[in-house]
Amino acid sequence: MTSEVVAAAPVPVPGRARRVREIAEELRGLRGALIPILHAVQEEFGYVDQPDVAVIADVLNLAVAEVHGVVTFYKDFRRKAAGRTTVAICQAEACRSVGAVELAEHAKRTVGCGFGETTYDGRLTLEEIYCFGNCALGPAVQVAGKLHGRVTATRLNALLGEAR
Amino acid sequence: MTVRVFVPRDSAACSVGADEVAERIAAAGGAEVVRTGSRGMLWLEPLVEVETAAGRVGYGPVAPEDVDGLIAAGMLSGGGDSLGLVEELPWMKRQQRLTFQRVGVVDPLSTADYVAHGGTRGLLATLAMTPADVVETVVDSGLRGRGGAGFPTGIKWRTVLGADADLKFVCCNADEGDSGTYADRMLIEGDPFTLIEGMTIAAYAVGAAEGYVYLRSEYPDAVATLKDAIERARDEGWLGPDILGSGFGFDLHVRVGAGAYICGEETSMLESLEGKRGMVRAKPPIPALEGLFGRPTVVNNVLSLATVPTILAHGAAEYAAYGTGRSLGTSVFQLGGNVARGGIVETAFGITLGELVNDFGGGTSSGRPIRAVQVGGPLGAYLPVEQFDLPMDYEAFAAAGAMVGHGGIVVFDETVDMAAMARFAFEFCAAESCGKCTPCRVGAVRGVETIDRIVSGTDRTKNLVVLEDLCELMTDGSLCAMGGLTPMPVRSAVRHFGEDFHV
Repeated sequence: MTSEVVAAAPVPVPGRARRVREIAEELRGLRGALIPILHAVQEEFGYVDQPDVAVIADVLNLAVAEVHGVVTFYKDFRRKAAGRTTVAICQAEACRSVGAVELAEHAKRTVGCGFGETTYDGRLTLEEIYCFGNCALGPAVQVAGKLHGRVTATRLNALLGEAR
Repeated sequence: MTVRVFVPRDSAACSVGADEVAERIAAAGGAEVVRTGSRGMLWLEPLVEVETAAGRVGYGPVAPEDVDGLIAAGMLSGGGDSLGLVEELPWMKRQQRLTFQRVGVVDPLSTADYVAHGGTRGLLATLAMTPADVVETVVDSGLRGRGGAGFPTGIKWRTVLGADADLKFVCCNADEGDSGTYADRMLIEGDPFTLIEGMTIAAYAVGAAEGYVYLRSEYPDAVATLKDAIERARDEGWLGPDILGSGFGFDLHVRVGAGAYICGEETSMLESLEGKRGMVRAKPPIPALEGLFGRPTVVNNVLSLATVPTILAHGAAEYAAYGTGRSLGTSVFQLGGNVARGGIVETAFGITLGELVNDFGGGTSSGRPIRAVQVGGPLGAYLPVEQFDLPMDYEAFAAAGAMVGHGGIVVFDETVDMAAMARFAFEFCAAESCGKCTPCRVGAVRGVETIDRIVSGTDRTKNLVVLEDLCELMTDGSLCAMGGLTPMPVRSAVRHFGEDFHV
């Protein structure tokens, strides 16, 4: 027996592991099924939890490390739940040329958190995005999945107000 | 008869209120609202068009609260304060739209509209030819990859046709991650059947049975439109085991990316499609011989594939008659950033940068003088106004230390800090590098540090030498274009805007 302390695996949410397995089994026939499975799990649960990784690896007959490597490579896959509303501000060149960096600073000050963070009350998650393909109508901001163009600080305040 | 009113459903148009405008018009009654793609005159969005006996009359930009007043002023009969006939607007008249001919005109999900506007003609012509003849037609057209590298599309197809395998694939690279480029998105949202038709033609030409579109997750509307279009194409017999009764079978699937810029690189995209981390592969073997799951694979950009139906429908010679030098046909240029009239300009190659930015773009939206434009995405060069006479031509741009790339043009006014933009290029590369090769993974981080030292005045002269050395190493030593091209915006910024680096 080792005396080394091993952190306990988080207790799976009842039914979650079973549901993740169902999703994975339903999609495993696709070519290159792993990423579609991760998207599907995230869509249903909001994030990909560590216990999910082992379940998916088992279904696809992959090493847990392989699945872990994929989950952590892609920015889309969250490891914990986001806030109730996600606000994503484009920070790429075209939006920068019309003040996207200043707009982001304004957003950070207003909501009180940085990119990749969630407000203390769990209402908003702020994210930086590189290009929504709205480069002629920047700065572009996406709030709860809806894209907005030519967003000024005033407009952003209104959008954030609605989101809260 | 109810009048037909066209309102875009393109996500750029919707980002400035097109959905609300369409709802208001529908609620007012007396008109049938048809949702189209965008004409690409983005400064006029939401652009409402009303069908009249003379043609479509345009109104824009229309805010939701303008709708009632416009209708009261006679909009539904083409009256009131209009822009005139949309087809006659100078911005439209000066263009040569081949790839984008239907975008903004048709309901993107109407198969009847598609056929009525010339759709499937290329596919029908293809099915009457031998695969080798289809490949030679594309070779003769001079079509080069619109994704940025400019490799001849037909030559790529010839390699895949000649490869012997039990299964071949056609992959469409729709991971349009470059800032300033949005033509792929607009085409998929505005005329998805063209892409489906182009991929089917490619599949027939090379003998592929399956196709994949790798579409970025940042484009949810494009994903939904394309999936819907694929279903409808299957119902029409444009996809499936027996396409239009020819006995040829091909099916198409959409795969959504997961927020990794590097997956726009073709081998990273293939890794991602296989369900792995999107890390680049060393070439050779080229994907044409060992691509997706090790099988011969055609990998083309959205616009390359979407241009193929036009070439097959009208013949290689007609397409090749456009353009200049070795840059034949038309290209879809995209004006973005700080520009007064941003949008899509499809013209023959050879138009100058200045004509695009000044004549079409109308200068900056801020009203200040233009200082720089970045052409070809985040890895493209920053060019000063003095180079506005450069023709849009792959070879002419390469000779000037720049690239046409995907045809995206981002405009910056005089307030831009070019040292900050050069630093951002390295920062972006450091964040988005897949990490497989050292020049890109480490070089980009060192680049940020070096620019910081230059700007802060620490051993400026010596650090400029370090910067140039680093750029040379990344250009020559990187495994793919991510590390290999990051020096392009940096070097061009130092060369043309040295004062921002206090040189």
